[in-house]
Amino acid sequence: MDKLLAWVDARFPLTATYKAHLSEYFAPKNFNFWYFFGSLALLVLVIQIVSGIFLTMHYKPDADLAFASVEYIMRDVPWGWLIRYIHSTGASAFFIVVYLHMFRGLIYGSYRHPRELIWIFGVLIFLVLMGEAFFGYLLPWGQMSYWGAQVIVNLFATVPFIGEDLSILIRGDFVVSDATLNRFFAFHVIAFPLVLLGLVVVHLVALHEVGSNNPDGVEIKQNKDPVTHQPVDGIPFHPYYTVKDILGVVVFLMVFSAIVFFAPEMGGYFLEANNFIPADPLKTPEHIAPVWYFTPYYAVLRAVPPIFGSQFPGVAAMGVAVMIFFALPWLDKAKVKSIRYRGATYKWFLAAFVVAFIGLGYLGILPATPLYTWISRILSVVYFAFFLLMPWYTDSSRPGKANAKWFLIALVVSAIGVVLNAAQAKPLPYLTEILFFIHVACFVLMPFYLKGDQTKPEPQRVTFK
Amino acid sequence: MKTMSFAKGLLQALLLLPLTAFASGATVHLDRAPVNIQNKESLQRGAAVFVNYCLSCHSANAMRYSRMTDIGLTEPQIKDNLLFAAEKPGETMKIAMRSKEAKAWFGATPPDLSVITRSRGADWVYTYLRGFYRDDSRPTGWNNTVFDKVGMPHVMHDLQGQMVPVYKTVTDHEGKSHQVIERLELAQPGKLTLAEYDALVGDLVNYMSWMGEPAKAKRLYLGVGVMLFLFVFFIVAFYLKREFWKDVH
Repeated sequence: MDKLLAWVDARFPLTATYKAHLSEYFAPKNFNFWYFFGSLALLVLVIQIVSGIFLTMHYKPDADLAFASVEYIMRDVPWGWLIRYIHSTGASAFFIVVYLHMFRGLIYGSYRHPRELIWIFGVLIFLVLMGEAFFGYLLPWGQMSYWGAQVIVNLFATVPFIGEDLSILIRGDFVVSDATLNRFFAFHVIAFPLVLLGLVVVHLVALHEVGSNNPDGVEIKQNKDPVTHQPVDGIPFHPYYTVKDILGVVVFLMVFSAIVFFAPEMGGYFLEANNFIPADPLKTPEHIAPVWYFTPYYAVLRAVPPIFGSQFPGVAAMGVAVMIFFALPWLDKAKVKSIRYRGATYKWFLAAFVVAFIGLGYLGILPATPLYTWISRILSVVYFAFFLLMPWYTDSSRPGKANAKWFLIALVVSAIGVVLNAAQAKPLPYLTEILFFIHVACFVLMPFYLKGDQTKPEPQRVTFK
Repeated sequence: MKTMSFAKGLLQALLLLPLTAFASGATVHLDRAPVNIQNKESLQRGAAVFVNYCLSCHSANAMRYSRMTDIGLTEPQIKDNLLFAAEKPGETMKIAMRSKEAKAWFGATPPDLSVITRSRGADWVYTYLRGFYRDDSRPTGWNNTVFDKVGMPHVMHDLQGQMVPVYKTVTDHEGKSHQVIERLELAQPGKLTLAEYDALVGDLVNYMSWMGEPAKAKRLYLGVGVMLFLFVFFIVAFYLKREFWKDVH
C-alpha cells in the first residue's frame, strides 16, 4: 500500500493535496451552527448532480413529450418518483442552504479583507445557481414552468434598445416554445453545471489559501505556535470538522427526507399545483408566482413603478439588488468583522435587512395590490439602505447629531403612515406618496445625522467553550 | 444574538405558512373529500366508476391499467372488468375521442385526469362532481356551483338525479342585492339516494387521488424507515463527534 502511494505521489501530489486541504488544513476551532451550511451546500450540489443524471436518462426535452415524460418518471421508472422528489426538493434546499451560508458570511464579516475574492466567487455561484434553477424550472413543462419562464424572459425584453433582440436570443423563438425548452435543457444539464463546479473549486481554493474566518473574526494565522508553526486556535479540518460535518449532514438529511417522503410539494412552495397542468401557450394562469427563492427579488421588481411606460427601472432595481452583494467587502468600514463585537446600530440595520428580505419574499408570492406594493416599496428601501448606507453607519469615527432621534422617529412613523394610509379603502390622496418621500429622505440624510456604529475591541484569541 | 433568533423564527413561520391562505380566485366553499388511499375496497369501487363514467371523454394518459394491481386487483380481474378502451393491461388509459372534435362538442377539450387531483385538489374535484344543477340557459342543460358555465354535462345524473338551485338574496357592501345559490335541492331522484351518490363520488375521488400519485403509499412507508435509520445514524454521529472533539480545548 505504501509502495502504491509512493508510486502515485511521484506522479501526482496525492498526499500533498490531502494534507493541504484536509489533514493539515487548519480551521478555527470555534465554528458554530452557522458554519454547517458550506459543507451542506456541497452536499446538495452532489445530490442535485447525481439525481439530475438519473432524471436526464428518462426525461424528454420536447414540448410534446416533456410533461408526460416527467409523469413517466413518477410512475414507470423504478424509483423514479424518489429521484424526482429528491431533485425538486434539492432545488429548494440548495437555496435555503445558500441563503443561510450567505447570512453567515454577512454576520461574521467573512467577506472582509483578506476574503474579498472568496465572497465574489460566492456571489457568482449564487448568480449561476439562480440561472440554473430558472432553466431547470421550465423543464417539467407545466403551466407555471411555461408562464414563469415567459415572465422572466420578458424582463430581458425591457432592456432599452437591445431588449427585444435579447429576449428572442434567449428564447430562440418569439414565444417560449420547443426551441426554448431545448436550449434551457442544454443550459441546465451541461453549461451552467460546468460553470457552477468551476466556481465552487475556485471558491474553495481561495478559501484554503487565506483560511477560514470564524464567529470571532479573529485571524488564527496571526497566532502560531513557535514550535510547530501551526495556528494555536486551529484544528485540522480532518478529522475534527469531517466528523462534525457528518453530524450536520445527518440533521440536514432528516429535514430533507421529511420533506421528500412526507411533504414533497411543501404546501405548494416546492412543487406548485399549477405545474401539474401541462403548459398551454393560449391560457394564462390567473396568478403567476415565481418559486419562493426568487420572490424577494420579484417583489423588488414589482415595487418600482414604470417610468415613461418602461418596466426597465424595476428590472434594473432587481438586478442591482442581487449585484450589490459584490460591493459588500468595500462598503463595510467597521474595525471589527464579527457581529459579536459590533454595536447596536449595525444590529438594527441587520435586523431591518432580514425583515425586509423575508418580507419581500413573502410579498413576492402574493398578488400585487396597492397596499402590498407600498409595503414592498418600504421594504425595498430598507433592503438598499442596508448596503448603500453601510459606509457611514459602520464608520465608528462619525460623531452624529444630537437630533438624530427625531430623524429616526420620522423614519419609523412615515413608514407606518404609508402602510396605514395605503390600507384604507379610500386612502387620502398624495398622503402615501408624501410620507414615502419623508421615509426615503430620512434614509438619504442618514450620513448627516446618524452616529457611526460603536464597536467593541476584538479579542486576540478565539472564544471557545 | 437576539436578531438572529428572531430571523430564525420568522423563517420558520414563512416556511410553515400554507399557500392556500392566499390562493387567488373566487372563494367557493369546498367540501372535504374522504380520501384514504389505504382503503383498497373504496379505491376499487372508485376505479370501476372511473372507467365507466369518466374514461370515454377524459383520458388518463399517464396511468397504466396494470398499476391497479397495487390496489388489490389481479390482472385477469382488470382485463375482464375494467378494460373497455384498451386491449392489454399494460396500456395507459387513452381514449379514442380526438381532442379537436371534443373541443367542437364541449367548447373545451376535456382535460387529461392523470394528475387532476394534484392540480385542482381532491376537495375541489369532490365538490365539483356533486355541484351540477339544471340550467336551461346552458347548451348542455347543466351548470356547476364550483365551475360556472362549465362545458361538461352532468354525466352521472342518472345516479344523482336532477338538482335545482335554491337562491338567496345577499346585499353587498355597496348596497346592491344579488341572487346567489344557497344550496342545491333534489328535483328528480336518480337511481341512488343523495347519501349513496356522495359515497360513490367519494370512492371516485379517492381513486383519482391515488391515481395522481400511485407511488404515494410506498413513499410514506419508505419514509418511516428512512427517518428511523437517520435517527440511529444521528446517535452514532453525535457520539463520534463528541469522542473526536474530547481533546479540543
